[in-house]
Amino acid sequence: MSDAPYEIVVGLEVHVQLKTNTKLFCRCSTKFGRPPNTQTCPVCLGMPGALPVMNKKAYFLGMKTALALHCGIPKFTKWDRKNYFYPDLPKGYQTSQFDLPMSEEGYLDIQSTKDEFEPRRVRIIRAHLEEDAGKSMHDEAAGKGDSRIDLNRTGTPLLEIVSYPDMRSAAEAKVYMQELRLLLTYLDVSDCNMQEGSLRCDANVNLHIPTDHGVIATPIVEIKNMNSFRSVERGIIYEARRQYDVWQETGKVLGELPKQTRGWDDSGQVTRAQREKEESADYRYFPCPDLVPVVVTDEQIEKVRSGIGELPAGLRQRLQSDFGLSTYTAEVIVNQGRALVDYFQELAEACGDHRLAGNWVQGEVLRILNDQEVSIDDFKLTPSQLAEILKLIQAGDLDSSKAKDVFTAMLESGKPAADIVKELGIERVDEGALEDLCRMLIERNQRVVEDVKGGNEKAVGALIGQAKKENPNVNPGQVRQICLDIIKNM
Amino acid sequence: MSIIQKTATEQLALLRSGEITSVELTQAYLSRINQIEPTVGAFLRVESETALTQAVEVDRRREIGETLGKLAGLPVAIKDILCTKDTPTTCGSKMLQNFVPPYNATVVEKLRSADAIILGRTNMDEFAMGSSTENSAYHPTQNPWDTTRIPGGSSGGAAACISADMAPLSLGTDTGGSIRQPAALCGCVGLKPTYGRVSRYGLIAFASSLDQIGPLARTVEDAALLMEVVAGHDSLDSTSVNTPVPAYSKSVQQPLESLTLGVVNQHFGEGIDPEIEAAVKQAIATYTSLGATIKNIEMPHADYGIATYYIIAPCEASSNLARYDGAHYGYRTDHAEVLAELAEDGSDEGPLVRMYRKTRSEGFGAEVQRRIMLGTYALSEGYYDAFYLKALKVRRLIRQDYDNAFGEVDLIIGPVTANPAFAKGEKTSDPMAMYLEDLYTVTANLAGVAGISLPCGFTESGLPIGLQLQAAPFQEEKLLRAAQMFQNATDFHTRRPELL
Amino acid sequence: MSLTRQDVEKVALLARLKFDEAELEKITKHMVQIVQYVDKLSELNTEDVEPMAHALDIQNALAEDESRPSLSRNEVLKNAPKHDEEYFLVPAVLGE
Repeated sequence: MSDAPYEIVVGLEVHVQLKTNTKLFCRCSTKFGRPPNTQTCPVCLGMPGALPVMNKKAYFLGMKTALALHCGIPKFTKWDRKNYFYPDLPKGYQTSQFDLPMSEEGYLDIQSTKDEFEPRRVRIIRAHLEEDAGKSMHDEAAGKGDSRIDLNRTGTPLLEIVSYPDMRSAAEAKVYMQELRLLLTYLDVSDCNMQEGSLRCDANVNLHIPTDHGVIATPIVEIKNMNSFRSVERGIIYEARRQYDVWQETGKVLGELPKQTRGWDDSGQVTRAQREKEESADYRYFPCPDLVPVVVTDEQIEKVRSGIGELPAGLRQRLQSDFGLSTYTAEVIVNQGRALVDYFQELAEACGDHRLAGNWVQGEVLRILNDQEVSIDDFKLTPSQLAEILKLIQAGDLDSSKAKDVFTAMLESGKPAADIVKELGIERVDEGALEDLCRMLIERNQRVVEDVKGGNEKAVGALIGQAKKENPNVNPGQVRQICLDIIKNM
Repeated sequence: MSIIQKTATEQLALLRSGEITSVELTQAYLSRINQIEPTVGAFLRVESETALTQAVEVDRRREIGETLGKLAGLPVAIKDILCTKDTPTTCGSKMLQNFVPPYNATVVEKLRSADAIILGRTNMDEFAMGSSTENSAYHPTQNPWDTTRIPGGSSGGAAACISADMAPLSLGTDTGGSIRQPAALCGCVGLKPTYGRVSRYGLIAFASSLDQIGPLARTVEDAALLMEVVAGHDSLDSTSVNTPVPAYSKSVQQPLESLTLGVVNQHFGEGIDPEIEAAVKQAIATYTSLGATIKNIEMPHADYGIATYYIIAPCEASSNLARYDGAHYGYRTDHAEVLAELAEDGSDEGPLVRMYRKTRSEGFGAEVQRRIMLGTYALSEGYYDAFYLKALKVRRLIRQDYDNAFGEVDLIIGPVTANPAFAKGEKTSDPMAMYLEDLYTVTANLAGVAGISLPCGFTESGLPIGLQLQAAPFQEEKLLRAAQMFQNATDFHTRRPELL
Repeated sequence: MSLTRQDVEKVALLARLKFDEAELEKITKHMVQIVQYVDKLSELNTEDVEPMAHALDIQNALAEDESRPSLSRNEVLKNAPKHDEEYFLVPAVLGE
């Protein structure tokens, strides 16, 4: 990375659609995917005379998220109008927050599991609430015909999270998005679906280029329309390269050009300049006279904070320190969400062997969840049921290779592990019975005895094979040991 | 005396006692309207059919002994700025010529719940911007006292219809004086409530932090009656206040034992018409004879009211009126003309932007465009601090003047306007001259306090003169009682213009 | 601080209004006049004065997150200048 001719500087603006029943300023439903223009009212349509009333839940979901991002919550916050004309914005302004947002100065820690970068604390400038616009759909033949406008989405509550330009690679940006998304699912504040648009990301990218005259910075470009984690990463990589090429050609530095907006084209895998919506957009922010400020107390903030629960970063740590899991296993489990972490914890406590539990959750359980496309909430075995199997393994009563069969059978029948073991006929062979069997085989195989006594321990292998024929449930290792012991004592 | 010359309070009593029916009363007003409207032009739309249907229904329900609302059977005219479901609501503009709201303003709901009869929709300056109703996109309204003169604005129609006996009660709106000034010029009573006292839901917004809906009537008592019905908290309006509504109509006849009235030194400087000054001073003397104490007070920032108002109001308006862009409702310019124009001037603007610009330039009148331009300018980058922010600070100073004043006096007494009704066309070419009409009224809106205008005299030539009383926030009861004291001691409010 | 024609043209675009030559001259004249008048406020010292954006001092007007019926699509599109029974139709935005 240090041999690259430039350093990429990235700041991300993420819009999160909050999981409320109703819109931010009216009580229309926010359900996704309804027929066009069936989820609107005079308020979100911006009809003459209609007035906004703030959604209490949206505010507190926003606060919860901001607290989880270690932001400060000012006691006084207000709403401002961002004025511009666009067909998906019926009022001709967006109600947002300008100078006194509901939260500021937080951070999100990121680390790479693939050693792509050093752990970093990405600082967050602010997280504020604003209303979403509608959707406009354009004809294929650009510039011809009409655009179609659906205002169902207008007024949906968004939390805009703005980071400082602290990230230094596309990989960091991708991990930031993934970690943020994971955090939001733990908080249960959003559906976090980039494809559905409930999680959106715009990147502000520029370069720091070392030259003989010192480090220069290229003009900042905002990239929009990256609809997946992968396109976030690719968009930034492409844009960095493009900026470098442009700089080599034109030499323009930060401050010499206004901030440009470019859209990521996923099919072409390039960024394209977007026509300026306004020459230099002057949004004429001013306090919205229809909305009154929100004032909160320390008690209210503490109440929200105490309802947050454990979050990914803390859980990863705890699974390693308290449960002895490897970094990798902890990561895998935590990434699946709070429900799986809870499942793991219950399982670990029920069977007593944390690592074994960890391996099984990360392995067999997750495999079933992925294959059957179900969540842990719909998984057929309770932690105590699965724990039965693990306890048998621990006690040595069940061979791990056979354990899988028991697991599969239990998934189907739901019967207790002990019953399944009997049904499958794979019970552990009793010590005494095993010894008798060994003695019998030893009697039959005098030549083996002589070989072993002569120093060739490997010869006992033949006895193992025969033992298995007699009883497929014997544990080869045990047979070997018992035979050797008996022979030694002869 | 014809039934339409009785007060609303008297008519209500007669309706309740069964001496008259709502149909009779409504028909009487509709006849009067028929007769006098061609001269006055107070209405944009008379709703004869629906009014009679409503009247029939109320009479029927009264007949069978049903419990009825507080205004049952009484006709009310409403300014065409209040959204009424399934009824064209134009706001005096071409922009909303065909706009039919799918919902009712809260005050309209309250009128319907009170079983009032909605007579029709009164004329107004377009988007409530103006002081003469000459800015209506449809037609002007004539002052019933002299039809060569304007009735005031922007609620010119609402005031003229009271004055000409075309309705016993009307609802107007006041952003910088738009109830009080036309009431003064037309010789009737007009009340601007405290900001937040009446819900703004469904009131087509001009300047959101200044707009209020209020009653106009012939008498203070009648205004109190209507005020009681429309006031109150509304969960649909974040700026409406959750305090109980006093029974204004019950307390209005109780005079105030000790009343201290403040006379603002700044109000009687140069520029006030001598006849108005004399009439207002006479009114003050009347209050003295009724036992009130008069005190001279200072409101040091009174002279800055107009400048403050004409920054804040246009700024808010420029944002409130951005929704009128031809996209989702209201007027839209002809598309073929858009394309033709673009082809001709070779601009790179694009059909959407050109549609917006043509729609708004064609749909809005000159005054509206002027205020949008002013507001856009004052909020724009580089000017925000010097204009908008500065105005908000002076607003605070004006409010402090009021707080200080009400620490010394109960109510402020003074003129409503500096001159009586002026001639049509007299101020239309000089925007500043028109803006100065609002000299005595804008500060109440800026501070959010209540103000009432009531008749206190006439000029030599027979034009009405108004007296203004202002009260601290949520002191409407005190205001109405004090105003009623004056009407009990005088008869200016009983004089009528010599129309047909 | 005199307002020029160019200033006025810029503001007109921001406000999505359009003036012809004669109108532009007139509105520039009026705006200059009005701006000159309102500039009166600069006479006042407002250094330590809190701006007053609202006419009253209330806070926390918050509503519960309970849905209410929306308008029917018919009602929504009834006032639309152009629609196709499902969507509002507007001239396409350039460059998209």
